[in-house]
Amino acid sequence: MSSRALPLSITAYTASCAAGNGRAALLTALRARRSGLTRNDFTEAPLETWIGRVHGLESQPLPGHLAQWECRNDRLAWHGLQFDDFLLAVAAARERYGAGRIALVMGTSTSSIGATEEGYRRVLPDGQYPEDLRRPAVHSVHSLGEFVQAALGLTGTTVTVATACSSSAKVFAQAERLIRLGLADAAVVGGVDTLCNSVLFGFNALELVSAEPCRPFDRARRGISLGEAAGFALLEREGDGPWLLGYGESSDAHHMSSPHPQGTGARLAIEGALARSGVAAQDIDYINLHGTASQKNDEVEARIVAEMFPARTRASSTKGWMGHTLGAAGIVEAVIALLALETGLMPGTLNTADLDEACGPQIRLDNDEGEVRFAMSNSFGFGGSNCTLLFGRERTP
Amino acid sequence: MNAPLDIFVEGVGFWASRLPGWDVARAVLRGASAAPPAAAARPSPSLLPPAERRRAPDTVAVALEVAARACENAGRDPKSLASVFASANGDLPVSDAICDTLAKNPALTSPTKFHNSVHNAAAGYWTIATGCMKPYTAICARDCTFAQGLLESVAQALTEAAPVLLVAYDIESRGPAATMQPSRGVLAGALVLSPERRERNLARLTLDVREDANPRRSAARAENSALVAGNAMADALPLFEALADGTEREIAQRLAPRMTLSIRVSPLETSS
Repeated sequence: MSSRALPLSITAYTASCAAGNGRAALLTALRARRSGLTRNDFTEAPLETWIGRVHGLESQPLPGHLAQWECRNDRLAWHGLQFDDFLLAVAAARERYGAGRIALVMGTSTSSIGATEEGYRRVLPDGQYPEDLRRPAVHSVHSLGEFVQAALGLTGTTVTVATACSSSAKVFAQAERLIRLGLADAAVVGGVDTLCNSVLFGFNALELVSAEPCRPFDRARRGISLGEAAGFALLEREGDGPWLLGYGESSDAHHMSSPHPQGTGARLAIEGALARSGVAAQDIDYINLHGTASQKNDEVEARIVAEMFPARTRASSTKGWMGHTLGAAGIVEAVIALLALETGLMPGTLNTADLDEACGPQIRLDNDEGEVRFAMSNSFGFGGSNCTLLFGRERTP
Repeated sequence: MNAPLDIFVEGVGFWASRLPGWDVARAVLRGASAAPPAAAARPSPSLLPPAERRRAPDTVAVALEVAARACENAGRDPKSLASVFASANGDLPVSDAICDTLAKNPALTSPTKFHNSVHNAAAGYWTIATGCMKPYTAICARDCTFAQGLLESVAQALTEAAPVLLVAYDIESRGPAATMQPSRGVLAGALVLSPERRERNLARLTLDVREDANPRRSAARAENSALVAGNAMADALPLFEALADGTEREIAQRLAPRMTLSIRVSPLETSS
């Protein structure tokens, strides 16, 4: 049914989160099994939970020419762009193709709503925001797309995808379509989400937030730890890889904030990614799971993995390192899958002691090293939006 | 550069405060009848279970209404269609309520309001209500949102060789948020777009994307523009006006600050 995807070379990529800023730091934290989760010190009102906070953003204002986008989310975006020579790689691509031939597709769930929340906290008696927050550019979901376009000096088609926790996985799919149709020669994809009161108190109201550091797939897991992150990738038709080989997208058609009990939607996303890439389930070496540590997600996802993949496939959730970064989870976990392809590191699962009985032999607690030719990443979102990405070391499976 | 992209309009759904439903809108937009004097009450989201209908946010109510009518109009089962939901502001009244609670007493944040506040809420409700497991996406590009939604719909339809449902909507803003993201009234439009021509197609759209230092925006006729003035999705109106007119037209949309999307609308003879 699914058409084959155009393999795209990932010629530059980076991610910054509580576990580390940039690939080298993230890789070190993964190898050392060092979690970036800390006790919640973000909300003014008390909330007993652990968070994956990126430190230092408070003292890193945006450069003057980008000042109209000043807010925590766009600061994190700017911070994230500084690592792994990403700015240089985009500048070179701009030279090669022209600024108008590079598409930009960003994913987020709440974007810069933190600035809007602040406007409400400091609202004036006449219903206006205080002067410093009267900047329409930051009070929109597309604040992220517009900011990154300005920061990178791009002028091509630009859009922000907001499908909750699948957002920055789906950006790869949308970019592949744009390039396949010739609407762009290359694309910058990525995602940024920051801690804010909406998500901390919103997920808390849904009783999904854990009072302790999250324990994905643990029998005694108690919910998610929220985090923030920024990540980016440059996709081109030609390059040395690693390669985006396929993606699968689907809907649960079940519930706004709870996954399909049989995981039918998630299974469709995985099957779509395998079909579009022409890779068989038996050949998948590593899967970075959605693994939020919510009761339902982990149970359903563990069962699907046990049914669909051979025992040799390694699978893990890395949310114990940086928490659930929501709209940025797709790109952060894509970066971890890419690191697995390039270094052979297949991270295990942090904070978890006793695996849920739904887990098959695929889900690992300990880190492992080996040859990784094909790696997948699952992102399943609120509102039943699922996306699976499939990456390979070579262009042809 | 890139070749123009051809796509066929199989079905239309439309709802605006002064143009409630495609039949009314079609007659008014082509100049065959006058607009109702007053704004209509929002449509009831009849796809939702009775208990949820009244509590559904306005974005969900109008998005589900136009989506359902477009599928009916196209003779397509909603289950069979991937969808693209495009909104500049999402549900600002819901965000207004949440931000107000967060400012006063965050512990009282409503779980329902929280899940209704996500940008993909309408898309989530649509796929749940229709049992559709095809993918959806939910996008935003501020004042380029309609053009981006249309382009992604066409891109999906052509790469997957399957029809796609586009749903674009914005509602009236509320509270302090309205000062930065103004929007008046309700405007929602939906199209079923197919890569293959069928008997019942209304029009062929030919899309062309080009770099442009000063992207132009086509306007609908003044009397029609006035009916949706101030709505954040008002850029959708020229295309629906062209579909109502049934005459050939070229529409320019701003796709990005330096990109134009031009849409040639060619009515097909089988349209009624």
